[in-house]
Amino acid sequence: MPIDMSQFYEVFFDESEELLAEAERLLLEINIENPDIEELNAIFRAAHSIKGGAATFGMMNMTEITHVLENLLDKIRKHELALTSEHVDAFLAAKDVLKMMVDGHRLGSDVDAKMVADVKMQLSALSEKSGASLSKPAPATAASAPVVGPPPAVEAPAAIAAAPVEVQAAADGLKRFDIELPETSEKDVANLQEELGLLGEVVSAKRADGRYVFTLTTDSTPADIISICSFVFDPDSLVIRDASTPGIPAPEAPAPTPTPTPETESQSRVEIHEEVGYGLFSLPGKENEEEGYGLFAPFTPHPDAIEAGAAAPGDSTTAEPVTPAVTENANPGTNAILENQEKKNLGRRETDKAPASAETTSIRVGIEKVDQLINLVGELVITQAMIEQRSSTLDPVHHEKLINSIGLLTRNTHDLQESVMSIRMMPMDFVFSRFPRMVRDLAGKLNKKVEFVTLGATTELDKGLIERIVDPLTHLVRNSVDHGIETPENRRAAGKDEVGKLTLSAAHKGGSIVIEVTDDGAGLNREKLLAKAQKNGLPVSENMTDSEVHQLIFAPGFSMAEIVTDVSGRGVGMDVVKRNITSMGGMVEIRSALGYGTTISISLPLTLAILDGMSVSLGQNIYVIPLNLIVETMQPKMEDIKTVTNEGLMVHVRGEYLPIIPLYALFKQDTEITHPTEGVLIIIEAEGKKAALFVDTLVGQQQVVIKSLETNFKKIQGVSGATIMGDGSVALILDVPAIIKMGQHNQPQGVHQ
Amino acid sequence: MAKTILAVDDSGSLRQMVSFSLQAAGYNVVQAVDGQDGLNKAKEKTVDLVLTDQNMPIMDGLTLIKNLRGLGSYQKVPILMLTTESSDEMKAKGKAAGANGWLVKPFDPKRLIEVVQKVIG
Repeated sequence: MPIDMSQFYEVFFDESEELLAEAERLLLEINIENPDIEELNAIFRAAHSIKGGAATFGMMNMTEITHVLENLLDKIRKHELALTSEHVDAFLAAKDVLKMMVDGHRLGSDVDAKMVADVKMQLSALSEKSGASLSKPAPATAASAPVVGPPPAVEAPAAIAAAPVEVQAAADGLKRFDIELPETSEKDVANLQEELGLLGEVVSAKRADGRYVFTLTTDSTPADIISICSFVFDPDSLVIRDASTPGIPAPEAPAPTPTPTPETESQSRVEIHEEVGYGLFSLPGKENEEEGYGLFAPFTPHPDAIEAGAAAPGDSTTAEPVTPAVTENANPGTNAILENQEKKNLGRRETDKAPASAETTSIRVGIEKVDQLINLVGELVITQAMIEQRSSTLDPVHHEKLINSIGLLTRNTHDLQESVMSIRMMPMDFVFSRFPRMVRDLAGKLNKKVEFVTLGATTELDKGLIERIVDPLTHLVRNSVDHGIETPENRRAAGKDEVGKLTLSAAHKGGSIVIEVTDDGAGLNREKLLAKAQKNGLPVSENMTDSEVHQLIFAPGFSMAEIVTDVSGRGVGMDVVKRNITSMGGMVEIRSALGYGTTISISLPLTLAILDGMSVSLGQNIYVIPLNLIVETMQPKMEDIKTVTNEGLMVHVRGEYLPIIPLYALFKQDTEITHPTEGVLIIIEAEGKKAALFVDTLVGQQQVVIKSLETNFKKIQGVSGATIMGDGSVALILDVPAIIKMGQHNQPQGVHQ
Repeated sequence: MAKTILAVDDSGSLRQMVSFSLQAAGYNVVQAVDGQDGLNKAKEKTVDLVLTDQNMPIMDGLTLIKNLRGLGSYQKVPILMLTTESSDEMKAKGKAAGANGWLVKPFDPKRLIEVVQKVIG
């Protein structure tokens, strides 16, 4: 029955990514002078496993690279070759290329052919350097043919005959393939010849049995040929052979069986068919090289198998050699089988009790299933809150049992919510693991010495947040290496160890996760920051606290780099970092001491699905404002409110004038409270801008489950989502940055003075 | 009754490919992630055929084969090596360790089933 190989691709991709990440980690840690043999073995195995999978699943570009990689690694682990930093660099580059190829196969993303070629060249240069010790500096096809038996004897004439062509073809960087077609119509043959003509030069020859053999000279791979042929034929019915490297069957050919070149055709046809036909068991010691498998004697074939085998097409010619082996071993074979069957019965009973095996301890499910589950649990939590609220009016004496049960429901619901939320959680290692490599490359580029440490890599964070934290964190780490950590000379001059230390840590603190990037570099220079800020026209004063001064680096267009390097320092970035983190509901803080280093601390909520919010009322409605965007709330006095021409109402708060945005006017809601002194002003801040949002009253602070308004209704300006409150009513969650923007263009005229 | 095959490979994708293919062909498959795991599983239950990769962490295929042949109940169970190394040296080593044959990677499921059917029906 046909088996769809593509069903295993995802597993293979995941596996390859894991292996690549692991290999990279090992490579970064490896001691070049005295590499640990276990580590080398592990890196070798990674290359080896990827090669095996790639070959099995037909991803030939990956096979080629891993093959060369594996060869080099094998020499190194066998001490035939000494590991150098050049090797490590080349291996790391190969890892990147392989990752790119995985993405290419998986996501259809572009594979940079130049990069692939560079890495191949780098690797083959290293292979050649290892000189005679590397037996075959494998050419591209041989490299992708990990399993090649010695050419069978019958091939010899063909090889000689093909030799002159081979020289010529090789000189052009071309290859010659013989393509043996199954029986088919002349029309198909003509069509195919035309199609293949696009790849290179095709010569068609009709054989005595009426079948056609094409000889194609091309720079394409056998995979390309197969994909073209597969429009016309079942690829399994084709035999493709690389005729430019005699004796080595093209690796992609579904049946790697040598096809005779026309010259030797008549003479070798019989043997070929014997080889293609499935010979049962070979004679003792003889293996079916061409079949890619072998069975050593003495061997006990299953009696059924002989019949099955004999019935298979093409078996007749090879059935004979099998018989003696069978006869010899018939008795022990039968015994073994009987023995086995008895044991199996025994085994069955034991299996029932056997603990779950290792591979069943994790399952793979689609993220949408998990999200659906989280969504449903969210609904359940809301329903439960409604029941709880309604039960609070019941008489506790009359309804004691009901009230107890509701208490139990509350507890169970919260446990359930917590467990379900934890499904989406992923360890920070997912993000952290990419940094050792980046820091190494950057430090090398900038001639700095950096020791990189990660702490708390097992700390878990919501998958959605993990994905979004990568970019800001990359920026921060890059900044620390580029601007934070000094050159070895400067560090020595400052009396510090010339190796700088960069620490990336993650930890849970309360309801949030704190991620910190710490370097022991030069630290932020207050005077320089102030001077620079002044030059950029930012409002500064000598009285600003250190923390306020540090916050200046988040101002748009602000760069502290004295020289703009190609790594960072173009003045775009820190403001983007801050904006990204704020949009995730997080906050950024800087701690720095001149000469001692800088810590940038990011705190994020544990999950995107729940928000800490302040609920406020406006007329009959409740709105929720994300708590992390609220600076303070106030009930203004008359004298704090000013009218500014063209700017509408402003409020004077701690030395600055902020525009008042009346929510009722913005959302055209009816309310009796229309003057700021009657209601509450909520000072909100987003993207570096502050405003005072005017609402009726504060209702309270609470966690809300975020529901998308867009997917359930439509996008509304100024609203980022909705939530269902404890009493079952719907409250809108305000999109604070949008509201600040709307407020700027939408100053109402009708506010009472 | 369906025959049981022990498939030992550290690569999950290949293990899955082997297992699914064989299951589709009507065999029971027990999977193991390395030689040691394979040995443990072989002790836990009796199988009719062992397919093992060579290059694996913790315990490689050859060691697994030697260990299995050392167990009384596995002296006659067919063992095939699934390997990318098809050198004569590797074959000789496999044979010496007690393997009954080898199948070269990469192979497609059809070839695998063919060979398995030849061995255990």
